[in-house]
Amino acid sequence: MSEIMQQARQRLLEPTALDERDLDRLMSQLMSNQVDYADIYFEYSRHETWSLEEGKVKSGSHNIDQGVGIRAISGEKTGFAYSDELVLPALEQAATTAKAIARSGANKQLPVAWTGASNKALYASIDPVTTLEDQAKVALLERVEAEARKQDARVSQVMAELSSVQDVVLVAASDGTLAADIRPLVRLNVTVIVEEKGRRERGSSGGGGRFGLSVFSDTDRALQYARDAVQQALVNLQAKAPAAGMMPVVLGHGWPGILLHEAIGHGLEGDFNRKGTSAFSGRIGEKVASDLCTVVDDATIPDRRGSLTIDDEGTAGQNTVLIENGILKGYMQDKMNARLMGMAATGNGRRESYSCLPMPRMTNTYMLAGQSDPEEIISSLDKGLYAVNFGGGQVDITSGKFVFTASEAYMVEGGKISYPVKGATLIGSGPEVLTQVSMVGNDLELDHGVGVCGKDGQSVPVGVGQPTLKIDELTVGGTEV
Amino acid sequence: MSAAKDMQQNLQSDVSEISAPLLDVVEQAMHDAVSRGGASSAEVDASLSQGSSMTVRLGEIETVEHNRDKSLSLTVYFGKKSGSASTSDMSAEAIKNTVDAACSIARLTAEDECGGLADAEQMATEFPDLDLWYPWNPDSDAARDIAQECEEVARNTGDAISNSEGATVSSHEGVGVYANTHGFCGTRYGTRHSLSCSVIASNGESMERDYWYSIARDRTDLQTAAEVGRIAGQRTLNRLGSRKITTCQTPVIYEAQVASSLLSHLISAISGGSLYRKSSFLLDHKGKKIFPDHINISEQPHLLKAIGSAAFDNEGVATRQRSIVRNGVLMDYVLDSFSARKLGMQTTGNAGGVHNLVIEPGDNDLPALMKRMGKGLLVTELIGFGINNVTGDYSRGAAGFWVENGEIQYPVSEITVAGNLRDMFRSFVEIGNDLDKRGNTITGSILIEQMTVAGE
Repeated sequence: MSEIMQQARQRLLEPTALDERDLDRLMSQLMSNQVDYADIYFEYSRHETWSLEEGKVKSGSHNIDQGVGIRAISGEKTGFAYSDELVLPALEQAATTAKAIARSGANKQLPVAWTGASNKALYASIDPVTTLEDQAKVALLERVEAEARKQDARVSQVMAELSSVQDVVLVAASDGTLAADIRPLVRLNVTVIVEEKGRRERGSSGGGGRFGLSVFSDTDRALQYARDAVQQALVNLQAKAPAAGMMPVVLGHGWPGILLHEAIGHGLEGDFNRKGTSAFSGRIGEKVASDLCTVVDDATIPDRRGSLTIDDEGTAGQNTVLIENGILKGYMQDKMNARLMGMAATGNGRRESYSCLPMPRMTNTYMLAGQSDPEEIISSLDKGLYAVNFGGGQVDITSGKFVFTASEAYMVEGGKISYPVKGATLIGSGPEVLTQVSMVGNDLELDHGVGVCGKDGQSVPVGVGQPTLKIDELTVGGTEV
Repeated sequence: MSAAKDMQQNLQSDVSEISAPLLDVVEQAMHDAVSRGGASSAEVDASLSQGSSMTVRLGEIETVEHNRDKSLSLTVYFGKKSGSASTSDMSAEAIKNTVDAACSIARLTAEDECGGLADAEQMATEFPDLDLWYPWNPDSDAARDIAQECEEVARNTGDAISNSEGATVSSHEGVGVYANTHGFCGTRYGTRHSLSCSVIASNGESMERDYWYSIARDRTDLQTAAEVGRIAGQRTLNRLGSRKITTCQTPVIYEAQVASSLLSHLISAISGGSLYRKSSFLLDHKGKKIFPDHINISEQPHLLKAIGSAAFDNEGVATRQRSIVRNGVLMDYVLDSFSARKLGMQTTGNAGGVHNLVIEPGDNDLPALMKRMGKGLLVTELIGFGINNVTGDYSRGAAGFWVENGEIQYPVSEITVAGNLRDMFRSFVEIGNDLDKRGNTITGSILIEQMTVAGE
């Protein structure tokens, strides 16, 4: 038994004396109806947050959530129930409720032996909450505040937050899967307000990943977030109203990769494509981007916010090619949609918690580097927008229309950065936008580790990335006509 | 904590059955925080919600979900220092651990003069019956029949309806108990049922999706399955063949269901947290004119059967009917006790948010608003988050219809609407009487004098 499995059992099963025989019994109870697939998902998660404002750490919170989700699938039907009590009678009741989706009468083979994915862990199986003394967490936030203040006298407010999560999961499925994962996740965010002659602006930055808090306390990383937030706010203090309408747009590297997440990522999730509700449905093998574009969803990068050693169905995390040299290659799948589409699961079955159903979700989605020098890309812009930082985005996967909102951007004139402009929303059509990519930089960067993706009310941590790239035409939602 | 139990609230028997164990948990946690943890004051909230939802897609059951969630959260104060913790486990040991977690955080946090419980004299003393409790719990056959009918009607609204995301029936009930060391203890409760449907239309070249939903405390107040299905189908068909329009400045109507977002931007700008952090475009605007004369906005927390109704807020403070904007003037902010003390004001009973925000409707319906606009954009859907609460800068993705001579000409999409919220508020021309009462914000469609639309 792996050490991770041992730790997960200790946390999830042993306190209530549950063992493999109980899992066997629950599984045979679930499979006594005409069920094609069933799984039992145990989860313990603990979340701690410290926040600073007005120069002081004045609040903190600690949350523990644990429970078991039980799912039964029959054809395209899914029954689901959960319990926050880890005791056998509650689990039996949840199993009875979940399997009611299927007709009675057993016809399915039960797993003979439990087996788990054997891939190497992508992150340390630690509880990040305990990786730094509480006093040191408070002191870290105070240093971040001081760093922000000392950048510029116009800084009027600094808000900072440090959060640490440990998520322990164990999943047993009717296909014989028995797998566990221990997932640390930390994040530090800084928001500043700057003020000059009555005008106020905001800037924010942050980052994190699947590691301990010493990454913040022992390096310059957290202080750099503070400097970045101030820099962004000061740029915005000088920003003018942006132009409205179609124009060429250069996107900076790193976090602007949210473009890929919204424009194509969601549209390539298996559930929408099985149902035929995505603008990308039935288009594998077709050209959906310029030759310069190769896009992957990669769960296997060590320590990344979106990375997963195993997904929430026990499938090993993978690097899945979505678009290769402009050709649509594949979808992101969970087990159910993979089975119904006759494809292989890609390790993208994720859920917010035990109380939610798994769905195909992204992990770290990014575009591979190209050949162009980033400077050369900017200087190729005669007149257009250069956007280096973004807030959130959203997509209508059926029409393919997507938006993402710039939080730091500049007008470029005659190949030179001319002046900063206020944030504007950019809107485009997912299946078309990447066909407009005419230059791709050699400067691939992944984001700093702050992404949260929402779908059907469920939030999961994700990563994005891209090199600097140029889109020949995109609609910019400015105010100047 | 006998004081807590002395407060009498007349609860229906099924509500008190659910709240009784929650009261015990709350009492135990508060006692533990004070006597063992040594807290000088404390507040505790315990809640339980349960329900189910059923989705039918293409005529067949797709998912059946059952949920039952419980949560205990508490904040302890040592003088002016505080710490919070929560758990889904309400066992005696978990309660003890949660108290310990909160206390250990409180020992390390810095004092804040404005911290602590809301003032004792602000606590609610009356608990009007707001008519919010109508348990339903449909069995799975009943839920399936409703969802099937709804989806079938939607799919039959036109030949162009090519696919479906299904119809969902859901039913939930929730009970929560909040208590604090002032001796306040209140029970809140409510049911919420909904019916929704989303279908897809295709013309061979492109697909469009739209939806409709109905939500109510009492299931008999829901729109019928056929009505929800018909509207979902019609709205989807209407969007087919949408195109971009040329970039321009034009009057814009926000259809009622998207107009509520404009009022939520107002609320976030006049909320205590944004104000004391100086991150609002409406800083120091109390008493100033921010809308035209004809705009009146009020908070009505005691509306019977409404989605946002509540007798007390998250700090036990009595909620009250009040005017937020009168004749265009901002009358009052949205404060909890902490932000109120920061601003040197009194709490407005808004810990946790506003309760039923209502904008006074005009005399005309949506078609009349379109007539008045003549030529312009009717927005029916917004996407994205391009709102800057510090500056009021606004830029969002939109879809809707191009209107000329007061009539819809064709559907539009892949455009943005942009402006500054301060200017947008000042140019509210007219509020429709087509009130959308489904949410916590009750508004009709809103005609705005001019915004920038970016398209081709």
